[in-house]
Amino acid sequence: MMMTLDTVGIRRQARVIMIDGGQRVRSHLNNLGIHIGDWLTVVQRAPFRGPVLVEVNGSRVALGRGIACKVQVDMDGVLERLCGPEERWGAGH
Amino acid sequence: MRFVLAGQPNAGKSSIFNSVAGYRSATANFPRSSITYTVTKALIAGREVEVVDLPGAYSLTSTEAAAGPAERYLLDQPYDLIIDVVDASRLGRSLEMTLQLIELGRPMIIALNMMDEARRRGIVVDHRALAAELGVPVVPTVSRLGRGLKQLFRDALRHAVVGHAAPPLPYDLEVEEAIATVVEGLDGEIPVLGIPSRFVATKLLEADPHVSERVYRARPELERHVNEVAAGLEEAHGWTADQVVSGNRHAVAHGVEDRVVSHREPRLGWREWADRLLLDEWTGGPLMLVILGLLFWFVFGVGKRVEEPLVEAFNRIQAAVAAQFPADSLVATVADGLVMGLAGGVAIVLPYLLPFLIGLAVLEDTGYLPRLAYILDSLMHRVGLHGTSVLPLILGYGCSVPAIMATRILESEKDRRITAVLASFIPCSARTVVIFGLVAAFMGPLWALFIYLLNIVVIVVIGTFLARRMAGTSPGLVLEIPDLSLPDLRTLAAKTWLTLKEFITIAWPLLIASSIVLGVLEWAEAADDINALLSPLTVWVLGLPAAVGMTLIFGVLRKELTLVMLVQALGTTEVDAVMSSGQLMTFTLFVVFYVPCIATIAVLARQLGWRDTGLIAVFTVVVAVVISVAGRFAFALFT
Repeated sequence: MMMTLDTVGIRRQARVIMIDGGQRVRSHLNNLGIHIGDWLTVVQRAPFRGPVLVEVNGSRVALGRGIACKVQVDMDGVLERLCGPEERWGAGH
Repeated sequence: MRFVLAGQPNAGKSSIFNSVAGYRSATANFPRSSITYTVTKALIAGREVEVVDLPGAYSLTSTEAAAGPAERYLLDQPYDLIIDVVDASRLGRSLEMTLQLIELGRPMIIALNMMDEARRRGIVVDHRALAAELGVPVVPTVSRLGRGLKQLFRDALRHAVVGHAAPPLPYDLEVEEAIATVVEGLDGEIPVLGIPSRFVATKLLEADPHVSERVYRARPELERHVNEVAAGLEEAHGWTADQVVSGNRHAVAHGVEDRVVSHREPRLGWREWADRLLLDEWTGGPLMLVILGLLFWFVFGVGKRVEEPLVEAFNRIQAAVAAQFPADSLVATVADGLVMGLAGGVAIVLPYLLPFLIGLAVLEDTGYLPRLAYILDSLMHRVGLHGTSVLPLILGYGCSVPAIMATRILESEKDRRITAVLASFIPCSARTVVIFGLVAAFMGPLWALFIYLLNIVVIVVIGTFLARRMAGTSPGLVLEIPDLSLPDLRTLAAKTWLTLKEFITIAWPLLIASSIVLGVLEWAEAADDINALLSPLTVWVLGLPAAVGMTLIFGVLRKELTLVMLVQALGTTEVDAVMSSGQLMTFTLFVVFYVPCIATIAVLARQLGWRDTGLIAVFTVVVAVVISVAGRFAFALFT
């Protein structure tokens, strides 16, 4: 059964498994303290396909959906992307 | 002797700098808010020391061929000591930067800043253990309150004189081997002056575009060598070499953090609660409207109350001055121009400018701006930009110049160009003065609000159009959201004063001089010729009095001038006696949209080149004409 972070909901932890995308995207995320193997917590998602707010290593980072989709995370043994599919209004609670 | 303040964004570099510099450096609570470096001379223990405040950088690895200003300074400029400002509440991440700074092989000292914030979050850092781990002196500080700073600079001075560089911390065995192999290939001949080859080797393995470009230009044969080593790392780890190196550094940094930090129960407070509401998907948007609405109401409320008595006072002064001189003489004209210029500055500009600057500074210092970027991200995507563009655009309401300069925080060239163009369309505080001084004062605040909303609509249309037309990709929003903080009154006052001082020393004299020049031109009856020349536009197209022609020319110098010049040209501060509401609206719309002021044009040209800047200038006039004509007829039809 596929689960997305949206349906799992806010305040859940996930572990970064892979960052798709080129060196630029990677070093950008690395600079903000997001690396492969890090645990992050989804704090909040903005509606209307807005950004995902994650807490990682003590700081909070807003990731636009485009970037969030490039971050693959492990949730309870299932590989997911940090962004969800087309969302319903207010999905996430 | 020269000290360099380096560190990650929001670690408090600028407030440490300000403690030695007096107030020279603008602080703001959002990432990379200092755009270029600031230098000051300070007296430390009787010695004159130059202190340089570098813009925050998360890492010394650049993401583009053009290195960030911090990286460029650290690699190329001479200095004696690095003061690494580390955020104790985000130690692990901050240390990743520290490790790279150590690799630069210069004497260094760490300001372990925000100790109070760390304690609030339940993070206790053993600074002695940290110093032992890194081999670098560590001074705990709370720069916001000035704690530990004396000690910091004293220790820094001592360390700069007798200190030596700490050895870099080792990575894992495979990475160390790879670095050693690359260093061997470099063979001591590095085109980057005075930088240890270990640092250069690490950056080559990380495929840092800036360092790679410089090294390979001088030694093209090295590229294959480095690629081979990188391929070896990739094979051993299954990740690309840049990820291996930066992941390794990450692990080393967090290893150090684990050994020197102990955790207590965090104290949650109003910040967390406020943030929950400000960023919530249901309450975030409405709260944003309330906050921006309050700002608008504050500016108008204060401005209106202060302006009226001031204008009355100046009208009396003007009459008194006029009585002193023979009517229609040159002296009388000059004196009148002088009084009008003074009046324009004090009675019309300051009442609106001051509250506006205070409001904007509050938004900046509380850290609300990055939250605005978060909330508006999806909306900005509709325009073809993303949330980060909100920061320069909001700054644009203050002044277009810093706004256009702030577009450098954007990653992609396309975003930077579009945002710069849009920022020049945002009504800056000078244009705000015109909007409030004419439309809000004579027609009511709702009409002023209408202009702002109309302006946003126009910006959305232009943005969408530009985004469709221009090629290029954007990585999207990646923005740190710093903690909310209560604005410090002293910083707030100092920051407002900094901008105000610019107005008083640069704009106001210009205003007074222009007012006199206009007066003299009118006296010599030369103004009429220029007005006549412009009358096809002003009278026929826009339906305004011919006298406004000159004001529009002066407005290119600074937009506030249009208002002051209008008062001068019409010869009265009671503008509504001479111009109808429709004319006021048309005039204001035209002023808001037509050619940005000279200062803005200069920055735009530096950012985009003269050709595009010229195009923009012409384009803005077309937009201004279209909108003000539309406004003219719509107003005539519906009211």
